[in-house]
Amino acid sequence: MNSISRQNLTRGLIRENPIFVMMLGMCPTLGVSTSALNGLGMGVATLFVLILSNIAVSLVKSLIPDAVRIPCYIVIIASFVTVIDLLIKAYTPALHGALGIYIPLIVVNCIILGRAEAFASKNTIWQSILDAVGMGMGFTIGLTILGALREILGAGAIFGYRFLSADASPALLFIMPPGAFIALAFLIIIFNKLRGNK
Amino acid sequence: MSYITIFIAAIFVNNIVLSQFLGICPFLGVSKKISTSVGMGLAVMFVMTLSAIATFLIYHQLLKPNGLEFMMTVVFILVIASLVQMVEIALKKTSPALYQALGIFLPLITTNCAVLGIALLAVQKELTLLESVCYALANACGFTLAIVLFAGMRERLSKSRLPQIVQGTPIALITAGLLSMAFMGFSGIGH
Repeated sequence: MNSISRQNLTRGLIRENPIFVMMLGMCPTLGVSTSALNGLGMGVATLFVLILSNIAVSLVKSLIPDAVRIPCYIVIIASFVTVIDLLIKAYTPALHGALGIYIPLIVVNCIILGRAEAFASKNTIWQSILDAVGMGMGFTIGLTILGALREILGAGAIFGYRFLSADASPALLFIMPPGAFIALAFLIIIFNKLRGNK
Repeated sequence: MSYITIFIAAIFVNNIVLSQFLGICPFLGVSKKISTSVGMGLAVMFVMTLSAIATFLIYHQLLKPNGLEFMMTVVFILVIASLVQMVEIALKKTSPALYQALGIFLPLITTNCAVLGIALLAVQKELTLLESVCYALANACGFTLAIVLFAGMRERLSKSRLPQIVQGTPIALITAGLLSMAFMGFSGIGH
């Protein structure tokens, strides 16, 4: 793997992490990160849509007139989201219940349209796949960390396994909506601090 | 479900931004000044109500009779995107003053997940046409209230001295968290 490919693959992980640096896709990030498992599920669903849409956009990029490219990208993305939505509903109904409205809303997740416009419409298929994998992994990792933090603090559990005794009461606030904002704020502070020290 | 309950529930109890996390991008992005946040709120109100009517009619007249419910996401996002374009063109021709006020916010609304989210939720909750319109309008009011309150807080914050590490997004998120906590005080009303 040459250095450009490696750069495209790793760009999304830390340097341009969608959640901690770019602040993209905030709605699902805050909405579904009530537990590590939900965060992971949402991240993987977004990862798949991102890979598929980057492949499709990079394949048809020379066929689409410039003036109507955004509506075309949206239709491509919406089709893949529908496919993923139906797959999740069929194979993991429990996850579908937990993620609910946020699955169809992957369509308006700025990461996907952003990568289609900024990367896949200008690059080859292989590089677009690498970019999608990197960005998608960065999003998934960020979402899982946020979900895990909220689950540990708010429910005293991790991936559904409760480590607190039954009579101990965790900080319920972190499962609730305000906890999402506050937990993310502190994760960004920590992320910036770590990055600044490198 | 009475219309007043829909309004109170959507504005205070289940505020679209602060407890359902829809429309976070404009909420964080266009909230540095009160005047621009009011403009954004009004533009959202306009588009959300219109799109609720359009998507309701399309879902119940076109998709449901033909068994095409699974096409909902694709069709709705296209309807909203073209609606926003049409509103922009119509406003430019008929009411230049309103266009001046809302114009720059309209293109941003296509990617506002609140508009698509409300259209999908209205179908999911099986509301009637009038209820859908009320639901959309109420949620848009909730969005406007949240973004204007938040902009007011951010205007104040920009004048205070903050530790460098929390400047920018972190302090905005913490402020939003506190605002969301305040709105939790309304939970239980309307049940």
